[in-house]
Amino acid sequence: MNKRFLYLLLLPGLLFLTVFMLIPIMLTIASTFVQDGKLTLEGYLHFFRDGYFNRILLTTLRVSVVTTVLCVLLGYPAAYYISRTGVRKKSFLLALSIFPLLTSPVVRSFSWMIILGKKGLVNTFLVNTGLIDKPLDILYTPAAMMIGLVHLFLPLIIITLLGVMENLDYELVRAARSLGASSFTAFRKITFPLTVPGLIIGGILVFVGSLTAYTTPALLGGKERVISTFLYQNAMTLNDWQAASVIAVIMIVITFVVVGLMNAWANRLNPKG
Amino acid sequence: MKENSRVLSLYTLLVFIFLLGPLVIISVTSFEPGTVLKFPPEGFSLRWYKNIFEVSMFMETFKTSIIVSMLGNLLALLLGVPAAYALSRFKFRGRDTLNALFLSPVLIPGIVLGFTLLRYLIVVYGLPIYTGLLIGHTVIMLPFIIRVIASSLQNFDFAVEEAAQSLGASRLYTFFKVVLPNIRSGILAAILIAFLESFNNVDISVFMTGPGVSTLPIQMLTYVQNYFDPTIAAISVILMVLTAALMFIIERLMGFAYFTKR
Repeated sequence: MNKRFLYLLLLPGLLFLTVFMLIPIMLTIASTFVQDGKLTLEGYLHFFRDGYFNRILLTTLRVSVVTTVLCVLLGYPAAYYISRTGVRKKSFLLALSIFPLLTSPVVRSFSWMIILGKKGLVNTFLVNTGLIDKPLDILYTPAAMMIGLVHLFLPLIIITLLGVMENLDYELVRAARSLGASSFTAFRKITFPLTVPGLIIGGILVFVGSLTAYTTPALLGGKERVISTFLYQNAMTLNDWQAASVIAVIMIVITFVVVGLMNAWANRLNPKG
Repeated sequence: MKENSRVLSLYTLLVFIFLLGPLVIISVTSFEPGTVLKFPPEGFSLRWYKNIFEVSMFMETFKTSIIVSMLGNLLALLLGVPAAYALSRFKFRGRDTLNALFLSPVLIPGIVLGFTLLRYLIVVYGLPIYTGLLIGHTVIMLPFIIRVIASSLQNFDFAVEEAAQSLGASRLYTFFKVVLPNIRSGILAAILIAFLESFNNVDISVFMTGPGVSTLPIQMLTYVQNYFDPTIAAISVILMVLTAALMFIIERLMGFAYFTKR
């Protein structure tokens, strides 16, 4: 194979990403360690000493953890159902799962504004049925963000799990059943362990996605900040680019640490990869 | 053995109601005749659909979105198709690293990427906002182009290419006459998937707005934060119809297997 030909194919894309992505990110990271011409960690220390920032970080983590758990609880049984249903129904349900994934996140978050708002569907129903006197404040709370994020990421975990469940060897389950295992035991001892790597990968996607999502918290969170909306606020409203850069680096670090750890975990459980 | 229990069926039904119900509700409320969004609507009217065409911001940002997504798509193809081909066709040192680099724009949080692009492309490199927007969208489309095309190249038997070359065809000729026709549907699917990804993007575009420059999702976001009339519901319905149409074409081109693969 001709080396020059290979370079010719790869170089344009490589140059493009280097100039327009790698260098800006590297420079952003570097800039956070310099203040007034001196090398310092002050940018970070300042943040971690700040109660407001810590609260935002905590809200973000809490929202992401709850979102991930709910996505797993809702997505796993649904994916299991889809994987075991007939061909036509399967492709229909698969299409119904993929459609929201391709739909604009603005549209999907907006739909929850209609449902959760003061005059929204939920409040109208609760007031009309006399269950409550005054409309509840659901919109613009962390709870609204969680609902919106679960809605946003549920399709992702369903189709990820489906990919794993489709490749499952059901002969193993049949063998266990014929040897006298109850269907629940067969699920617990065979099906479930085999789907754990998929669960971890799906879980990472949802968790990291929720940690860094912008649109949904921006629309449903109101004044409640998460780390991504806080970055935006610092960059665009407060024009504090030093702070925005520090937040950006914190987000990159969290993302890579989480992805790295979870990948290592998934690989250990599934040595075949 | 493959029987699903009743409880599981009901549970799955509820999950799908949660998933799709809100989209149905948006669609229904878009026909509201009054000025306030509510469910159920008080009648049937198309006035908010008409309003989309009367508010020039929506038409302008829609045009920007289409142009940026299409031009960016073209750029991403020019950069991505050769790279996807090289990464699938040849084994060489550093291939895994390069592969990771080409896919990395999806790994970096969108909002972080958007901010760094604003800070360096616009402020430091001094590019016009429109150009920055275009470049940003190209960056986020590249991984999708590369991933989809690489996966369709996996099903291509490179022996065919070698046969053509051994018969005297040049590399370029074989690429265009042998390889490309065989992965045509993969390339079309890649174009559509990347287009949707770019057209719906908020994280990059939200930093790349300026006088006369903004995309439709950003315009919608700003509008929703200030007004609560059914216009956005009407736009949402149009976008969903477009999305469904594109999804149908993608399915025809290469099925849904791409989506379930991780």
